[in-house]
Amino acid sequence: MSQAQATAHAEEEHHTSTGLSHNKILMWAFLASDCMFFGTLIMTYMIYRNRSVTGPYPRDVLNIPYTSVSAAVLLLSSLMMVLALQAIQRGRMREYRVWQLATAGLGLLFLGGQFFEFTEFYRDHGLSLSSNLFGSTFFVLTGFHGTHVGIGIIWLISLVIMSLRGTLTPAQAEKVEIAGLYWHFVDIVWIIIFTVVYLIPY
Amino acid sequence: MAQAAVTLEREHYEGSRIWSWITTVDHKRIGILYLMSALVFFLVGGLLALLIRTQLAVPDNTLLGPDTYNQVFTTHGIIMIFLVVMPLNAAFFNYFVPLMIGARDVAFPRMNAFSYWGFLFGSLLLLSSFIIKSAPNDGWFAYANLTTDLYSPGRNMDFYMMGLQVLGIASIAAALNFFVTIVNLRAPGMRLMRMPLFVWMTLITSVLMLLAFPSLTVGLIELMFDRYFGTNFFNPQAGGDPVLWAHLFWIFGHPEVYILILPAFGIISEILPVFARKPLFGYPFMVYSGLSIAFLSFGVWMHHMFTLGVGAVPNSVFATTTMLIAIPTGVKIFNWLGTLWGGSIEINTPLLFSVGFIAMFTIGGISGVMHAAVPVDYWQHNSYFIVAHFHYVLFGGAIMAMMGAIYYWFPKMFGRVLNDKLGQVQFWITLIGFNMTFFPMHFLGVDGMPRRIYTYPPGMGWDFWNFFETIGAYILGVSVMLLAYNIITTLLRGEAAPADPWDGRTLEWSIPSPPPVYNFAVVPSVHSRDAWWEEKQAHGTGAPAHAQPPVRGGAEEGSEGLSIHMPPPSYFPVLVALGLATVGAGMVAQIPVIVGVGMALMVISLYGWAFEPNH
Repeated sequence: MSQAQATAHAEEEHHTSTGLSHNKILMWAFLASDCMFFGTLIMTYMIYRNRSVTGPYPRDVLNIPYTSVSAAVLLLSSLMMVLALQAIQRGRMREYRVWQLATAGLGLLFLGGQFFEFTEFYRDHGLSLSSNLFGSTFFVLTGFHGTHVGIGIIWLISLVIMSLRGTLTPAQAEKVEIAGLYWHFVDIVWIIIFTVVYLIPY
Repeated sequence: MAQAAVTLEREHYEGSRIWSWITTVDHKRIGILYLMSALVFFLVGGLLALLIRTQLAVPDNTLLGPDTYNQVFTTHGIIMIFLVVMPLNAAFFNYFVPLMIGARDVAFPRMNAFSYWGFLFGSLLLLSSFIIKSAPNDGWFAYANLTTDLYSPGRNMDFYMMGLQVLGIASIAAALNFFVTIVNLRAPGMRLMRMPLFVWMTLITSVLMLLAFPSLTVGLIELMFDRYFGTNFFNPQAGGDPVLWAHLFWIFGHPEVYILILPAFGIISEILPVFARKPLFGYPFMVYSGLSIAFLSFGVWMHHMFTLGVGAVPNSVFATTTMLIAIPTGVKIFNWLGTLWGGSIEINTPLLFSVGFIAMFTIGGISGVMHAAVPVDYWQHNSYFIVAHFHYVLFGGAIMAMMGAIYYWFPKMFGRVLNDKLGQVQFWITLIGFNMTFFPMHFLGVDGMPRRIYTYPPGMGWDFWNFFETIGAYILGVSVMLLAYNIITTLLRGEAAPADPWDGRTLEWSIPSPPPVYNFAVVPSVHSRDAWWEEKQAHGTGAPAHAQPPVRGGAEEGSEGLSIHMPPPSYFPVLVALGLATVGAGMVAQIPVIVGVGMALMVISLYGWAFEPNH
């Protein structure tokens, strides 16, 4: 093997027992753990449903039409993520960047919507972390979800910057795939939160 | 040839000695770091234990006041669990799992280093609470709402929360690493059912950690929000429920005790076959029972809550599941006995500790099954009977297994053999001191002595056994000193160890003691369980097959050369860990600027890590 090939060899995946890369298995294992994390937060929310001693209560503040739109925005961002992955797998870097920025952009739109929604809850209804039990469980649950989205957005933008600098190439499409796993996970968690918090009759 | 190997070693460990240890990503060095840290913390935890026993030696004692006593027993528990047994497990996972599966390192060497430094800095954060005399003081299980800022206004529980969060993140990173390593880096031919049992137990423990720690993380987050931001998770007046904490804690806490003990099970399963010169009896059942224990461990947590008043139905269900989990555990005991039965037994220190483990753990298991009966637990709960139970399984079990592991694996790690005669003496003193300290606690529990009391009046009938136990505790102290003496003198001038001092069965014995940085010059090809034993049977005992240094260190791959790319050292893991601990410290001190600096350090270092060349 020539020197150039040896260098390339260092970058390729080494032989693995499963045939999958370490990074991919790492992400799946991490998501399993993160599942338990969100599961516990959601469980806390569900145990404490209808147990607030004082208001504001969910029926006073939650706006299903508004949140349905923001849920749709996040779902759409997952579609953008799939398109981004497809683009980079086919070597179309320009197209990749468009879809990837769209993913991050829709994620930002979702977060903006959350921010707007929460400031309204606080200003118009006095719902805060300490106002009552609902405030505590709602804001901690959605807050941690929002933090996960935020981290995802930073990650996706970093990938776009890397592709602009030439350090993210079609040969490394797996990096986008792994970011995609994380992004889809965060989206699925939101579906569950939306269902449990907003849709179940309160 | 030897020259090339030496060059590789020198190039690999760059810089000054201390810097090379700080930036190491070599799993063997990280294992040694965990081992040494854990042993130091063992002395700290042991000192706290002696303080407890001295205070309780006589009634109405005034050595420790109630508040100090609360800090002492709380931190004794936290230290022994999180700063001793878990890092001892990590030490052996780190050093030996890659060797046993024929790998050159773990899947993520830098994350491995991060796990160690996160552990160290988290431990120091926790212990720094002693400096301001505000060590955690609400018990290791920290029941809410005693722990909220209303009833625990000092910094004590803040150290608990933040220390455990930092330790938890380090642990989850380690669990992820070992999971991927075992799943993905096994030598060719090493199918899952051919792995050494210690590797199986590491895999199962890693999965348990990934799934159980989040419950603690969320509980600590909710406690933190209650303490700092006025939320109401555990505030009954706002509709919150302190019992939620108990659930969240014990959904973590019960799998945690299996996280503590499964590696010890794995170690015993390695030691016994070697010194009985027989394969492990019932290997598949040892695997399946480990898997069953892990699965069932998520279904028994409320046995810690029988007396909380949750009701007869949950109590009955969890009593049943708790009794069920005794079955796969019993299977293991019988398989170990079956391994010894008919074997050609060599009596030495590792074997003695392993047999001691079986006996002591069985006693602890029997008292555990007693607690599973709800009406009996109503009497035993919160009494010294429980203290007896968990010390039998954790000290008589986990710690004795760790001592056995130290004697067994010391030659491989340090290239010297611990003095076996002294080791055997140390074993007997441990066994005697241990049983003197903890067996009478069964009596005291039945006689009504509660846990966590800083003193007791005379005339309760508790005086004699308490005094007796304190003597036992000091005898244990002597045995620990003997172990320390053995380790130190052996490191300084011990007898040199060959590659395979015990005529072992698994791959770590096929390479030199200590191994070269790259472990295996040629990745072994595995055809059966007990791969090294089978190789020796096939080729006859001769020079270890895997010890040849590479023809050219780190050269390009070719027909004559071997390409061994070992990851270079890195300072990013220690920086990320430092950032994380700084965030924790800033939260404890309630100084946002420190939190900000810590987060910035973490983010910058993570980017540096992600883009570091040659990784």
